[in-house]
Amino acid sequence: MTSVEMFGIKFKNPVITASGTFTRDYEDFFPLSKLGGICTKGLTLNEKEGNSGVRIHETTGGLLNSIGLQNPGVDRYISKELPHMEKYDTVIIANVGGSTMEEYVRTVEKLNNTNIHIIELNISCPNVKEGGMAFGIKSDIAFKVVSEVKKVCKKPLIVKLSPNAENILDMAYKCCEAGADGLSLVNTFSGMAIDIKNRKPVFDNTIAGLSGPCIKPIALRMVYEVSRIVNVPIIGIGGIVDYKDALEYIMAGALAVQVGSGNFMKPDICLDIINGIEEFMEKENIKSLEEIRGIARRY
Amino acid sequence: MKPKQCNGKVLSNIKILDNIYEMKLTGDFQGNPGQFYMLRSWDKEPFLSRPLSICNIEGNLLTFLYEVKGKGTDIFSKLREGNVLNLLGPLGTGFPLNNEGKIGVVAGGIGIAPMIYLCKSLKNDIDFYGGFREKPFYMDTIGKNVNKLYISTDSGKEGYNGFITDIFNPEEYSVVYTCGPMPMMSKVKNICEEKNVPLYISMEKRMACGVGACLGCSIKTTSGIRRVCKDGPVFRGEEIIFHD
Repeated sequence: MTSVEMFGIKFKNPVITASGTFTRDYEDFFPLSKLGGICTKGLTLNEKEGNSGVRIHETTGGLLNSIGLQNPGVDRYISKELPHMEKYDTVIIANVGGSTMEEYVRTVEKLNNTNIHIIELNISCPNVKEGGMAFGIKSDIAFKVVSEVKKVCKKPLIVKLSPNAENILDMAYKCCEAGADGLSLVNTFSGMAIDIKNRKPVFDNTIAGLSGPCIKPIALRMVYEVSRIVNVPIIGIGGIVDYKDALEYIMAGALAVQVGSGNFMKPDICLDIINGIEEFMEKENIKSLEEIRGIARRY
Repeated sequence: MKPKQCNGKVLSNIKILDNIYEMKLTGDFQGNPGQFYMLRSWDKEPFLSRPLSICNIEGNLLTFLYEVKGKGTDIFSKLREGNVLNLLGPLGTGFPLNNEGKIGVVAGGIGIAPMIYLCKSLKNDIDFYGGFREKPFYMDTIGKNVNKLYISTDSGKEGYNGFITDIFNPEEYSVVYTCGPMPMMSKVKNICEEKNVPLYISMEKRMACGVGACLGCSIKTTSGIRRVCKDGPVFRGEEIIFHD
């Protein structure tokens, strides 16, 4: 009943864990095969240690993070981590980060020969200096990187959009023109916090990424607007912490959703969301999510 | 022992000193010294749960000793008997308990919290060194499980007037455990290295998930980037790099 399909790949349900918020450490709390999909931590060509100093700062209704794409590098991920992930009966999406065009291309090439189902191109990480972010802000630069990646990518390619883009509609349109098979939105919002006792920014990087329920209304509006102008599947992301949030994104036009910071509130929050969607569908006599997908766009 | 989600019912929650509280919960708990639980007694705000290390487990009773530092711990301090909290744990890697010989424990301020359960669980002879700002607390409980108790206060109100590390000598210990403010632990590490005594350090860092996923609490160690919540909070002394 809750299943959805994109690129010919079947998802048991529309609930996917968002990049950087979920690892198999969560298998202590629920069977991960219950998930619609799992998105990996942002993978880069080489290992990244991540940022120094404070990495997490709670805000009202969410949190700022400045992790800085800490990851073991794509090769080590493929040899050490992926074999464990493949055990789960769920869709695996590899999130790919980078700071140069060439890095994106080479990382994607390495993932082509694995059992990863889908690639999600992260052109929007706000936490890595010198690049990454620029790809997500200027649609002309995004067009170039997506085009280059698309030339080599043998998996369905989703582009993850930044809400910090100069114009989110233009950005979405250009990414699709460049060959994106789907879009996921949004990544974190650029934000900051100041330590008033020390009279300086909380984060070594000054700017960090804001996520959590506080961003939901804005993220939802962006999904709603983007889904009206593109014809590719959309994954809605931003502040989802219960089934009602997830259904709002679906009614705004998303085919699936990703849950990120919500996993930090409750380790099996995705399971609650999946069950909640199912109960809602039963109660409202909805046979398939297709019946309600984008239904709010009529208004 | 696998971590799980469970509820804890407040049996008591009392102010011990200034901002220091002791909360006793009833429920079904497990855990080793040095491990911690993520706690929340609210729905969606504050957004994150709060990590507190296990101060004691006895039967169905779990004790936390905590300092009110922000929004979350302030809410904890207002909980009353019968209130229910959601817990996630036990989490992290605690202290090794299989060392032979006499043991030195050095704790500062609220850093004594995990050391209470540690001292109770160790079968060895223990000397305890506690450093405090104004006044010592919980020393009666500690006293029951240790040989010798050394106390220092910055205020000079009790014990030695100065830093606990001024009077700490690790020479007679086979191993030393420490938890407390970074400058104190850094000094303890230097002293132990000088005398070649193995050391275990319990680290503290802001956490979001508590289970090893978000990488918010990563620290750079001599054995690479490690997560305080999962690979720690307890690390071998030689792994920790202090930035004095």
